[in-house]
Amino acid sequence: MDAIKMQDITKRFGDVLANNQINFNLKPAEIHALLGENGAGKTTLMRILYGLYHSDSGKIFVNEKLAHISSPKDAIQLGIGMVTQHFTLVPTLTVAENLVLGSSGTAILNAKKIQAEIAEASQRFGIPVNPAALIRHLSVGERQRVEILKALYRNARVLILDEPTAVLVPQEVDALFESLERLRKEGLSVIFITHKLNEVMTVCDRISVLRDGCMFGTVEKAATTQTELACLMVGRENFGVTRQAERQPGKSLLKIENLCVLDKKGLPALKEISFDVRAGEILGIAGVSGNGQSELSQILAGMLKPTSGNFLVDEQDLTGAEPAQITAAKVGCILEDRHSAVVSELSVTENVALMHLDQFTKQGVLDRKMMRKEAEKLIAEYQIKASPDDRIRTLSGGNMQKVILARTLSQSPKVVIAAQPTRGLDIGATEYIRSKLLEQRDRGAAVLLISEDLDEIISISDRIAVIYEGSIIGIVPTQTANAAQLGLMMSGSTLKNREVASGTISN
Amino acid sequence: MAQFRIERSPAPVWMRFLIPLIAVVITFIITSILIIWAGANPLEAYYYFFIAPLSSRVSLIEILVKSTPLLLTGAAVTFAFSASFWNIGAEGQLIAGAMMAAWLGMVLKGVPPIIGIPIMLVGGFIAGVLWALLPAWLKVKLEVDEVVTTLLLNSVILFLVSFFLNGPWRDPISGWPQSAEIASGTMFFKLIPRSRLHFGFIIAIAVILIEWFVLSRMSFGLRMRAVGMGKEAARFAGINVQRTMLVSALISGGIAGLAGVGEVAGIHYHLIEAISSGLGYNGIIVATLAGLNPLGVIPAALFMGLIDTGAQSVSRALGVPIYLGTVVQATLLLVTLGLFVLQNYRIRRV
Repeated sequence: MDAIKMQDITKRFGDVLANNQINFNLKPAEIHALLGENGAGKTTLMRILYGLYHSDSGKIFVNEKLAHISSPKDAIQLGIGMVTQHFTLVPTLTVAENLVLGSSGTAILNAKKIQAEIAEASQRFGIPVNPAALIRHLSVGERQRVEILKALYRNARVLILDEPTAVLVPQEVDALFESLERLRKEGLSVIFITHKLNEVMTVCDRISVLRDGCMFGTVEKAATTQTELACLMVGRENFGVTRQAERQPGKSLLKIENLCVLDKKGLPALKEISFDVRAGEILGIAGVSGNGQSELSQILAGMLKPTSGNFLVDEQDLTGAEPAQITAAKVGCILEDRHSAVVSELSVTENVALMHLDQFTKQGVLDRKMMRKEAEKLIAEYQIKASPDDRIRTLSGGNMQKVILARTLSQSPKVVIAAQPTRGLDIGATEYIRSKLLEQRDRGAAVLLISEDLDEIISISDRIAVIYEGSIIGIVPTQTANAAQLGLMMSGSTLKNREVASGTISN
Repeated sequence: MAQFRIERSPAPVWMRFLIPLIAVVITFIITSILIIWAGANPLEAYYYFFIAPLSSRVSLIEILVKSTPLLLTGAAVTFAFSASFWNIGAEGQLIAGAMMAAWLGMVLKGVPPIIGIPIMLVGGFIAGVLWALLPAWLKVKLEVDEVVTTLLLNSVILFLVSFFLNGPWRDPISGWPQSAEIASGTMFFKLIPRSRLHFGFIIAIAVILIEWFVLSRMSFGLRMRAVGMGKEAARFAGINVQRTMLVSALISGGIAGLAGVGEVAGIHYHLIEAISSGLGYNGIIVATLAGLNPLGVIPAALFMGLIDTGAQSVSRALGVPIYLGTVVQATLLLVTLGLFVLQNYRIRRV
C-alpha cells in the first residue's frame, strides 16, 4: 500500500526535459528525501504532485486510487500539502486568520473556535505557535511552522517540504526535524526536497535520487552511505579533463582574506573566506545555490560591503571600494543577475559606453560616433546578434550576456569575476562564453568563476574551491578531483569533509 | 464562444498624435450629459471649447500665454523624473522663483532691462534650486521619500507667501495682499505688442532645447537616464547614483523657479497668492503626456494651454458655470492619460 505513487511522469519545458519517465512511491508514515543537484527536477516533480504543473504524461495514484490533480485545490482535497521556499502567508493577518484563509466554509468566522482548534492541532503535532500572533512579527522559522500547520489544518496526510532548511538557522533545523518525527508517529508521510546529505541521513527513511530529470533509484537509509549518495547525485565517475594544457600560474592577482558578510536576514552568509587566484588560472567556486556565492560576487563587484575581511587586487586593497574604483583597478565583473548589470531600457551602444563613459566624452558631450563605432566593433567581434540601437531588453539572454562580456573583456582586465556566466543560456552561447573565459586565462588574467553548474566548473577551472554555508570547505586541483569527493563537499557532509579538506586546503 | 485575451504590445508612434483627437471624442460622449443638464447644447459647447480658441488670432496667442509656464514646469518635472527623482514640488519651486522675482523687482529700481532681466532669471533659478534642496538632500542622504517632502513643501511655501503678502510686502498703495509692482527694468518685454505673450515663452523653448541636448547628447544626461531606468545597473557601471539624482533634482527645481519668474515678470508684475494655482501640478500631467521626452513637452503644454483657454471660452460664451469647463478639462485629461496607458495593450481572439 502506497500513500502516493507517481508513474512514468514526464514534463517538458520547451526543449528541456525536466522530468523523464519518473517513477516514485511514498509509503504511509515515512519521511522520504528527494535528493539532487539544482535543476535535477525535484521541485518540478513535486509541483506536479501538488497541481501547480501538469505533467505531459504519466499517472498519479493517491492511496492506490487514480487521481487527477489539476490544481492545488484538488491536491488539498486529496490530503496533500506543500510548503514552498517562498511562504504564502499574509503578513498583516494573524496566524489563525492565515490558517483559515480560503478554507473556512462559512461566512462568519468564529475566532474562539478556530483558535481552540489551532491550539489543539499545534499541541498534537508538537508545532508550537501562538494563534493570535501577527505573521509579520514572526521569525522565518516560525513562519515555516505556520505554513506546515496550515497544511495540517487542511487535513494533509502527505506533506511536501521544498528545501525547508534553506532558510533556517541550525537550532530551527533541529526543531523542524523533531516536528517531522512527530508527524511520522502520527502516521503522516513527508516528502523532503533537499541537496544536503547530512540532513538526509538524519531524518529520512528512504532516499530517491534525481539527476538531469531522471530517477536514479530509491534506497533505504540503512543500506547506503553518504559517499554512495554523493556519487548517485553528481553522477560522474571521472572527469574527462581534456582541455587543459598545464601552464604555470603566475603571481597572485586576487587575494581574499577572512571575508565575512551578513545576508538580508542578518544571518552570516560568508564566514571568514580566504583564497587567492593567480595570474593565468581559473579558480572555480563550486557549490549548491544559496551558500554565499551571490554575496561573494556582489562584494567583489563593489555592490555589497563586507562586515570584515579584505580583498586585494594586485596588492591594492579594494575592500569596500565603489564599483567605479574596482573597474578602474582593472577588475572585470560579470554579475549573476544580468539585469542589474545592464540598463534594459537603454540601447546596446549606450550600455557599452556606460561603464567607461569618460572614454567617450569630450567636454561633457558624448562622442556618439565613437560610441557607435565601439558598439559595432564589439558586436562583430563577439558575434552578438543585435544592432547598436536595439534596446537591451529586446535581446536574448545569450546576446545580453555577450554584450556584458564584450564590455568587460574589451578593457583587458587583470582580474575577471564571472558569476553564473552561462545560467539559462543555450549550448552555443554557453560554449562561447566558456571559451572566452579560457582566453582570458591564457592571456594571463586571474579568473574567478562562481558557478552552480558543476560541469562548467570542471570543464574550465584549474582549481576548484567548494563553498558550503558560507565557508570554503576545501580547494582541490581539478585533475585530482573526483565525483564522490566534490559531491560530499558540496553537500556539507560532516562525516568526511574534514579529511577531504585537511588534505587539500593548503593549495 | 470566442475567447479574448489582453496582451501587451506597444502601439506605433503615430498613435501618440492621434490620441488627443480620440480623447476629445470620448470626452464629448462622456460629458455631453452634464452639458445638456446645464441647459446648453453640447455641440455648441464643444465648438467654443476646441474650435473657437483655434480660430482667432487673439485666442491663439492666449494659448501660447497659457502654455508658457506649463512648458517650464513640464520641462522641470521631465528632468527630475528622467533620473527617477519624483519631484511633485514644481508648484512650490515655481512659487519660490516668483517670490525671488518679486523681491528682485522691488530692489532693482532703475536698472536697465539688459541687466534686470538676466538677474531675474538667475535669481529665480537659484530660488527654485534652494526650495528643492532640502527634499533632494533628504532623499539621497537618508532615503526620505521625495514624493512626500516635495508635496508638503508646496503647502509650506503657500503660507510663506501669505505671510509676506499680508505683512512686509503688502502693497502700500492699494493695500491689497500683493507685492508692489516690480521695477520696469525687471519686466519681461512683450513678443507681440498689446498681447500678454512675453519673453518667458522664448526662455521656455530655449530651456526645453537645452534640456533635450543635455539628456540625449551629454554624458551627464546618459548617466541620469541610466539612474532613472536602472539604479543597480547604473551603480554597477560606476555612476554616482546619489550625486546624479541630487543634481537633476536641483536643476529641476531651478527650471520650475524660472516659470515663477515668468508669471511675475511677464504677466502679473506683482506677487499674488494665486500666482500658480496648479501650474506645477499640471507640469506633471504635461511631462506624462510628453512621455518624459523634452521635445514632447512642447505639444503637450500647447494642448494643455488649448483646453485651458477652451474652458474659459465655453463658460463665457454659453453662460454655463465655469466649473463645467473645469469638469470637461479634467475628464479630457483623464481620458488622454488613460489612452496613453491603454495604447500598449491589444485585445486578441484566442
